[in-house]
Parts: sequence; C-alpha cells; structure tokens
Amino acid sequence: MKCGQCGEAEAVIHLTQVVEGDPKSVGLCEACAAEKGIQTPGAMAETPLGGFLTALWEAAEAGSEVRVPTGRCAGCGATFADFRETGRLGCAGCWHTFEPALRVLLRRYHGSTHHLGRRHLGPGAAPVADTEALARDLRDQLRLAVESEQFELAAELRDRLKDLA
Amino acid sequence: MIDLSLVGDGGLGWLDGSGPESHLILSTRVRLARNLDGRPFPGRSRDEDREALLSRIRSAAAETRAMANAQLFRLAELPRLDRQILHERRLVSKELAAPESAAPPRPGTGVLLGDALAVLVNEEDHVRLQAVSSGLALPAAWGLVGGLDAELGQRLAFAFHPEFGYLTSCPTNVGTGLRASILIHLPGLVLTKEINKVLQSLVQVGLTFRGLYGEGSEVVGNFFQLSNQTTLGKSEAELLDQLAKIVREVVGYEERAREVLLRDAPGVIEDKVWRAYGLLRHARRLGFEEAMNLLSGVRLGVGLGLLPDVGMYALNRLLIFTQPAHVAATAGAGMELAEDELPVRRADQVRQVLDEEAGRRRPPT
Repeated sequence: MKCGQCGEAEAVIHLTQVVEGDPKSVGLCEACAAEKGIQTPGAMAETPLGGFLTALWEAAEAGSEVRVPTGRCAGCGATFADFRETGRLGCAGCWHTFEPALRVLLRRYHGSTHHLGRRHLGPGAAPVADTEALARDLRDQLRLAVESEQFELAAELRDRLKDLA
Repeated sequence: MIDLSLVGDGGLGWLDGSGPESHLILSTRVRLARNLDGRPFPGRSRDEDREALLSRIRSAAAETRAMANAQLFRLAELPRLDRQILHERRLVSKELAAPESAAPPRPGTGVLLGDALAVLVNEEDHVRLQAVSSGLALPAAWGLVGGLDAELGQRLAFAFHPEFGYLTSCPTNVGTGLRASILIHLPGLVLTKEINKVLQSLVQVGLTFRGLYGEGSEVVGNFFQLSNQTTLGKSEAELLDQLAKIVREVVGYEERAREVLLRDAPGVIEDKVWRAYGLLRHARRLGFEEAMNLLSGVRLGVGLGLLPDVGMYALNRLLIFTQPAHVAATAGAGMELAEDELPVRRADQVRQVLDEEAGRRRPPT
C-alpha cells in the first residue's frame, strides 16, 4: 500500500483518527508520518534504546569527543559493542567500566550527567526527609560545579537551593 | 481466568474515575527503576540469578507496609491468556508479559501486586516499582511508589553512583529512574486537527507521547500517554512538577477545542456522539479498534454532557474489558475462542454493559 499523503513511498503506519466522529484510516510512509509528528512503530521501538543511542554515539565519535571503549566489564563480561547492539548494559559494573563514554551519552540524551534527587543510603540507614536530602544534594552538586568551573550550572543550582529554602 | 480476587479491585482501582480531571485523564502512573548492586542485569543473567533475585525481592517486599499482603504471580508459570490479561490491565509491561508469544517468559520473571502498587521483577531492570492512580494524581502516585522505594531501600543495596544516581540497564532511565505517565483522552484536539501541533510542542519541552500500551504502541481511540523523556539532572519533584504543569496546559487546549466544536458545529457533534453510542448499543460485531474509536466518541459525548445514559466508570471498564483477552476470558472460552467469534462476543458484552447502565441510570417509572 502506498502512502496516503505523498502517494510515492510504501505506507508503514496506519493512522486511525476519529474525524467528525467517523473513524478514518490512512496509511503513511515514514517521512510523512514524521512530518505529522507521528512516530512510526519502527522509529518508536528504536528511539529510546539501541538505535537512538547508537546514533548519538556515532555523532559523538564523529565530533571526536571520545573513543570506543575496548575491553570487558569485570563484573559481567560485557563489551561496549554489546551495549551498542542491545542498548542495554550488563550490570552496575558496566557503568564504571564504560564511564567516560557513557558520560558523553548522558550529556547528549539528558542534557546532564548529575543526578539530583533521592539518594540511596543503603540498608540500615535512617530515612531522610526528601527536601532535606535534596538540599544536601544540591549543595554537593554546587560545590562540584564550582570546582569544575561550570558556572552556568552553579548559578542554576544556587537558584534551586534558594527556591527550596 | 487468572484469579485476581486477592488483589485490591483486581488491580483496577484506578478505573473508578474518582481522581482530579478524570473526565479527560484516565490514570497517572509513576514508576521507579531500581537494580541491586553486584548482580548482572536481567538481560545478562542466568535462570538461577533471576530466581535468586525474585526470592530476595519477594522477602524484602513482604517486610514493607505497602506490599506485606502482595500477591506474587510468576509469569513463566502463567498461561498466555492470563499474561495477556495482566498486560491489558496495564499491571505488567508488554516486555514482561510477552502476551503475543506462545513461549512462556523466562524463569524468575514475576510481578508482585499490592493495592495500587506493583513490583515488576526481572524485566529490563531488576525491579520496577509502579503505582497507578485515577485521574491527574502525580503526588498520590509518587507518594505510594516513593514510600515503597524508601522502605525497600532500607532492606536492599541498590546500585547507586554518586554522580549518575540510580543505575539502570538502559542509560535513558538512569538518575532518578522515574517515569511518570498520564493517560489522557484528546478527541477535541484530534477533531480540530490541533493534535499534531500540541504533540510536537510536547517533544520540544522534553516530554514524549505514546499510544495506550506504552513504548512502540499505536494511538487508538484518541488516547495518549504523556510522559517525561529524561530522568537525569532534575529531582523527582522537578520532573513531576514539570509534567503536571504541561499536562494542565494540554487539558486547557483540549477543553478549548471542545468549546470550539460545540460552538461551531453543535449539531454535527451531537449526531456523531449519539451515532457512536447507537452503534455500541446495538452492533452485533465489534472489532477492537472500532470499539475503541466508538468508545472515544461516547466518552466525548459524556464529557460534553450530551449523553445522559452512561457513566465514566462504565466507560473506563469497557476500555479494559473490550480488549481481546478480557473478551475471551469473560466469554469463558480461553484463547481457543475462534478469531471471528471475538467481535461477536465483544459486541454482546458491550451491549449488556450499556443496557444495564441505561437501566441503572434511568430506572423504570
């Protein structure tokens, strides 16, 4: 079936919309679907995982920010190639083994590498009120930001601390 | 059919339509991804690793207030129909339930179901804690899931990195591990053709949208799931506040679109919603997508005050019970129900619910 919009490419998604109460079905090709802001199932399946991360990684490599990590994770034996293939890491140890490369991905995907929010204190630790934990966390992050001369981030963190108080 | 009688409201408490904005928003779901230190993630684990993890999680959960009476369902031991029912109730993800696969899920996969709370074990991450509430109720859902996380965190050593936060199998979930999603019905924006503009603007502010069943699913019946895209760099409260703020804007757009429809084409809208109702009330065969789209029309009619004979709760239930596994289970036929039998049974069941609903709401004089 051809795309109902451009009539050229093969339709890959069937969009059913209720137009004035009548369900109407239209087949769209990937490009026309993207134009309408609709993700095709193929694009959706890949977006948050492997394909998207691989594309990010390739972009990062092209900018020569980083090199592909070699070697295996001591914890689970996974390689960085395994991660690129599946979009998933093998164990918590992979985060340490591939840390520099993952930091680049995190910056590109989340726009940040610094976790803010709840901190895991481990079994047996006394629970801490959320605001208190967040304030302490923000102060930690602020100190790190100033030390690493990330002044824009530091200013933002200072504002957040003010909002908390 | 799987026995969910010991799970509060069969895991469907959120259907009652009691929450804020429940004329537009069906449910709020908040989930946290957590992993235990020193164990391979489920993608790289052996059967015995997953079994050991399931026992560990089960015993830790039994010590918490929220999950002390939770029921454990081992997915590997459930027939396909039951797995599909759990998935259709949105209690278990598609990845874990594998509803389309005849082969059972891997050993050690399980779900613990408590009141309004679920713990998925050995899905993509070791555990996924999730809470579902009726309507737009981010603080309520977060309160439940955050409380359970705090209790479990005192008993289990979660994988946590001082800079990256809670470590997850996929880097898109790292940090807070929090994904909050709102299931919202937007027929007004679809009818006025404003929907794509709205969806595109969501993407620009860091939200994503999906169909009814989450990742990779199609949009049916004008239901959209709106959720945060990123999980790192903002605290849980900031992520939830941002989502709530944008969802309220979308609610405003939808309400304005409905005003426009009523102002510019009241006769057309009235006719359409009554036609949708008429078809559901009398049709003898209903496909799933057709039923979803007609239910969307009826829901719009109820929201606009045009259809007096049906309540939101009944509509919410129909949304769940017109899905294939629920139709088959209600008919008592299991998965052997012939494919062309499903639309007939579905139409029977919808007629029965709508007849009862009309009788209940309009008692004979």
